[in-house]
Amino acid sequence: MPTTPNKPAAGKQSQQGFVYLPLIAGWLVPGAGHFLLGKWIRGALLAVSIIAMFVLGLAMQGKLYTSAQDILDLLGVAGDLGSGLLYFVSRAIGLGGTPVQTTVADYGTKFIVVAGLLNIIAAVDAHNLRTGRKSS
Amino acid sequence: MHPSHFTVILLFALFASTVFGITMRDTPRRMFRYGAYCFVLFVGSVIVLSWVMFLIAR
Repeated sequence: MPTTPNKPAAGKQSQQGFVYLPLIAGWLVPGAGHFLLGKWIRGALLAVSIIAMFVLGLAMQGKLYTSAQDILDLLGVAGDLGSGLLYFVSRAIGLGGTPVQTTVADYGTKFIVVAGLLNIIAAVDAHNLRTGRKSS
Repeated sequence: MHPSHFTVILLFALFASTVFGITMRDTPRRMFRYGAYCFVLFVGSVIVLSWVMFLIAR
Protein backbone atom coordinates (compact mmCIF):
# COMPACT_ATOMS: atom_id res chain seq x y z
CA MET A 1 0.00 0.00 0.00
CA PRO A 2 1.44 3.37 -0.94
CA THR A 3 1.52 5.82 1.95
CA THR A 4 2.08 8.97 -0.12
CA PRO A 5 -0.10 11.81 1.19
CA ASN A 6 -2.67 13.22 -1.21
CA LYS A 7 -1.77 16.87 -0.62
CA PRO A 8 1.24 18.36 -2.38
CA ALA A 9 4.19 19.74 -0.42
CA ALA A 10 3.07 23.32 -1.03
CA GLY A 11 -0.28 22.51 0.53
CA LYS A 12 1.39 21.15 3.66
CA GLN A 13 3.56 24.21 3.93
CA SER A 14 0.54 26.49 3.61
CA GLN A 15 -1.02 24.94 6.71
CA GLN A 16 1.70 26.36 8.99
CA GLY A 17 1.04 29.50 11.04
CA PHE A 18 -2.17 31.41 11.56
CA VAL A 19 -4.20 30.43 8.55
CA TYR A 20 -6.73 33.28 8.81
CA LEU A 21 -4.14 36.07 8.79
CA PRO A 22 -4.39 36.81 5.02
CA LEU A 23 -8.20 36.80 5.29
CA ILE A 24 -8.24 39.31 8.15
CA ALA A 25 -5.45 41.47 6.73
CA GLY A 26 -7.11 41.46 3.31
CA TRP A 27 -10.38 42.59 4.85
CA LEU A 28 -8.80 45.37 6.90
CA VAL A 29 -6.54 46.68 4.11
CA PRO A 30 -7.40 45.90 0.48
CA GLY A 31 -4.67 43.78 -1.13
CA ALA A 32 -2.82 43.13 2.14
CA GLY A 33 -3.77 39.45 2.16
CA HIS A 34 -2.06 38.94 -1.20
CA PHE A 35 0.93 41.02 -0.09
CA LEU A 36 1.39 38.68 2.88
CA LEU A 37 1.51 35.75 0.47
CA GLY A 38 4.08 37.44 -1.77
CA LYS A 39 1.58 38.08 -4.58
CA TRP A 40 2.73 41.65 -5.06
CA ILE A 41 1.28 42.46 -8.47
CA ARG A 42 -2.10 40.90 -7.71
CA GLY A 43 -2.22 42.66 -4.36
CA ALA A 44 -1.34 46.00 -5.93
CA LEU A 45 -4.00 45.63 -8.64
CA LEU A 46 -6.62 44.65 -6.05
CA ALA A 47 -5.63 47.50 -3.74
CA VAL A 48 -5.73 50.09 -6.51
CA SER A 49 -9.07 48.85 -7.83
CA ILE A 50 -10.83 48.65 -4.47
CA ILE A 51 -9.38 51.82 -2.95
CA ALA A 52 -10.02 53.79 -6.15
CA MET A 53 -13.60 52.57 -6.22
CA PHE A 54 -14.14 53.55 -2.59
CA VAL A 55 -12.50 56.98 -2.99
CA LEU A 56 -14.36 57.71 -6.23
CA GLY A 57 -17.59 56.80 -4.45
CA LEU A 58 -16.85 59.35 -1.76
CA ALA A 59 -15.75 61.93 -4.37
CA MET A 60 -19.11 61.51 -6.10
CA GLN A 61 -20.68 62.43 -2.74
CA GLY A 62 -21.85 58.91 -2.09
CA LYS A 63 -23.26 58.01 1.31
CA LEU A 64 -21.71 55.75 3.92
CA TYR A 65 -24.36 53.64 5.60
CA THR A 66 -24.14 54.17 9.35
CA SER A 67 -27.28 52.60 10.79
CA ALA A 68 -29.84 50.04 9.73
CA GLN A 69 -33.36 51.48 9.62
CA ASP A 70 -34.64 48.70 7.35
CA ILE A 71 -33.41 45.59 5.57
CA LEU A 72 -31.95 47.52 2.62
CA ASP A 73 -29.97 49.76 4.95
CA LEU A 74 -28.74 46.64 6.73
CA LEU A 75 -27.46 45.26 3.43
CA GLY A 76 -25.79 48.61 2.75
CA VAL A 77 -24.05 48.52 6.13
CA ALA A 78 -22.89 44.96 5.46
CA GLY A 79 -21.50 45.97 2.08
CA ASP A 80 -19.76 49.06 3.47
CA LEU A 81 -18.21 47.06 6.31
CA GLY A 82 -16.46 44.93 3.69
CA SER A 83 -14.08 47.81 3.05
CA GLY A 84 -12.52 47.30 6.48
CA LEU A 85 -10.37 50.17 7.70
CA LEU A 86 -11.39 52.38 4.78
CA TYR A 87 -14.93 52.40 6.16
CA PHE A 88 -13.97 53.00 9.79
CA VAL A 89 -11.46 55.74 8.97
CA SER A 90 -13.89 57.48 6.61
CA ARG A 91 -16.59 57.44 9.25
CA ALA A 92 -14.17 58.66 11.91
CA ILE A 93 -13.21 61.73 9.86
CA GLY A 94 -16.80 62.46 8.88
CA LEU A 95 -16.81 61.51 5.19
CA GLY A 96 -19.87 60.18 3.38
CA GLY A 97 -22.34 61.80 5.75
CA THR A 98 -24.20 64.04 3.32
CA PRO A 99 -27.62 62.89 2.08
CA VAL A 100 -27.82 61.68 -1.53
CA GLN A 101 -29.33 64.41 -3.74
CA THR A 102 -28.11 63.63 -7.26
CA THR A 103 -27.98 60.59 -9.50
CA VAL A 104 -24.19 60.63 -9.49
CA ALA A 105 -24.23 60.64 -5.68
CA ASP A 106 -26.41 57.54 -5.80
CA TYR A 107 -23.85 55.94 -8.11
CA GLY A 108 -21.21 56.93 -5.57
CA THR A 109 -23.11 55.13 -2.82
CA LYS A 110 -23.18 52.01 -4.98
CA PHE A 111 -19.46 52.36 -5.69
CA ILE A 112 -18.76 52.34 -1.94
CA VAL A 113 -20.92 49.28 -1.32
CA VAL A 114 -19.48 47.35 -4.26
CA ALA A 115 -15.92 48.25 -3.21
CA GLY A 116 -16.66 46.55 0.11
CA LEU A 117 -18.11 43.47 -1.56
CA LEU A 118 -15.15 43.21 -3.95
CA ASN A 119 -12.79 43.51 -0.98
CA ILE A 120 -14.50 40.54 0.67
CA ILE A 121 -14.02 38.52 -2.54
CA ALA A 122 -10.34 39.51 -2.60
CA ALA A 123 -9.86 38.60 1.07
CA VAL A 124 -11.48 35.18 0.55
CA ASP A 125 -9.22 34.66 -2.47
CA ALA A 126 -6.19 35.36 -0.27
CA HIS A 127 -7.52 32.85 2.26
CA ASN A 128 -7.95 30.23 -0.47
CA LEU A 129 -4.38 30.81 -1.61
CA ARG A 130 -3.20 30.48 1.98
CA THR A 131 -5.00 27.21 2.59
CA GLY A 132 -4.04 25.74 -0.79
CA ARG A 133 -7.61 25.55 -2.03
CA LYS A 134 -6.52 27.79 -4.91
CA SER A 135 -3.31 26.58 -6.52
CA SER A 136 -1.72 29.89 -7.57
CA MET B 1 -16.92 65.34 -8.87
CA HIS B 2 -19.65 64.83 -11.47
CA PRO B 3 -18.56 62.39 -14.19
CA SER B 4 -20.96 61.42 -16.97
CA HIS B 5 -23.06 58.31 -16.49
CA PHE B 6 -21.11 56.44 -19.16
CA THR B 7 -17.81 57.35 -17.50
CA VAL B 8 -19.16 55.94 -14.24
CA ILE B 9 -20.08 52.72 -16.03
CA LEU B 10 -16.61 52.44 -17.56
CA LEU B 11 -14.94 52.96 -14.17
CA PHE B 12 -17.23 50.46 -12.46
CA ALA B 13 -16.62 47.86 -15.17
CA LEU B 14 -12.86 48.40 -15.07
CA PHE B 15 -12.49 47.96 -11.31
CA ALA B 16 -14.98 45.12 -10.92
CA SER B 17 -13.49 43.24 -13.89
CA THR B 18 -9.99 43.60 -12.46
CA VAL B 19 -11.03 42.02 -9.16
CA PHE B 20 -13.11 39.31 -10.86
CA GLY B 21 -10.24 38.39 -13.18
CA ILE B 22 -7.67 38.10 -10.39
CA THR B 23 -9.88 36.19 -7.98
CA MET B 24 -11.72 33.83 -10.32
CA ARG B 25 -8.82 32.42 -12.38
CA ASP B 26 -5.46 30.82 -11.61
CA THR B 27 -2.93 31.96 -14.20
CA PRO B 28 -2.14 35.54 -15.32
CA ARG B 29 -3.13 34.83 -18.90
CA ARG B 30 -6.52 33.40 -17.88
CA MET B 31 -7.00 36.24 -15.39
CA PHE B 32 -6.52 38.82 -18.12
CA ARG B 33 -8.83 37.02 -20.52
CA TYR B 34 -11.58 36.61 -17.91
CA GLY B 35 -11.21 40.24 -16.79
CA ALA B 36 -11.52 41.44 -20.38
CA TYR B 37 -14.54 39.16 -20.84
CA CYS B 38 -16.25 40.60 -17.76
CA PHE B 39 -15.46 44.17 -18.86
CA VAL B 40 -17.01 43.60 -22.29
CA LEU B 41 -20.08 41.99 -20.71
CA PHE B 42 -20.51 44.85 -18.21
CA VAL B 43 -20.24 47.60 -20.81
CA GLY B 44 -22.04 45.69 -23.54
CA SER B 45 -25.01 44.86 -21.33
CA VAL B 46 -25.29 48.51 -20.29
CA ILE B 47 -25.34 49.67 -23.92
CA VAL B 48 -27.93 47.05 -24.90
CA LEU B 49 -30.18 47.77 -21.91
CA SER B 50 -29.88 51.51 -22.53
CA TRP B 51 -31.12 51.06 -26.10
CA VAL B 52 -33.95 48.82 -24.87
CA MET B 53 -35.06 51.44 -22.36
CA PHE B 54 -34.76 54.16 -25.02
CA LEU B 55 -37.00 52.22 -27.39
CA ILE B 56 -39.52 51.42 -24.66
CA ALA B 57 -39.73 55.07 -23.63
CA ARG B 58 -40.57 56.26 -27.18
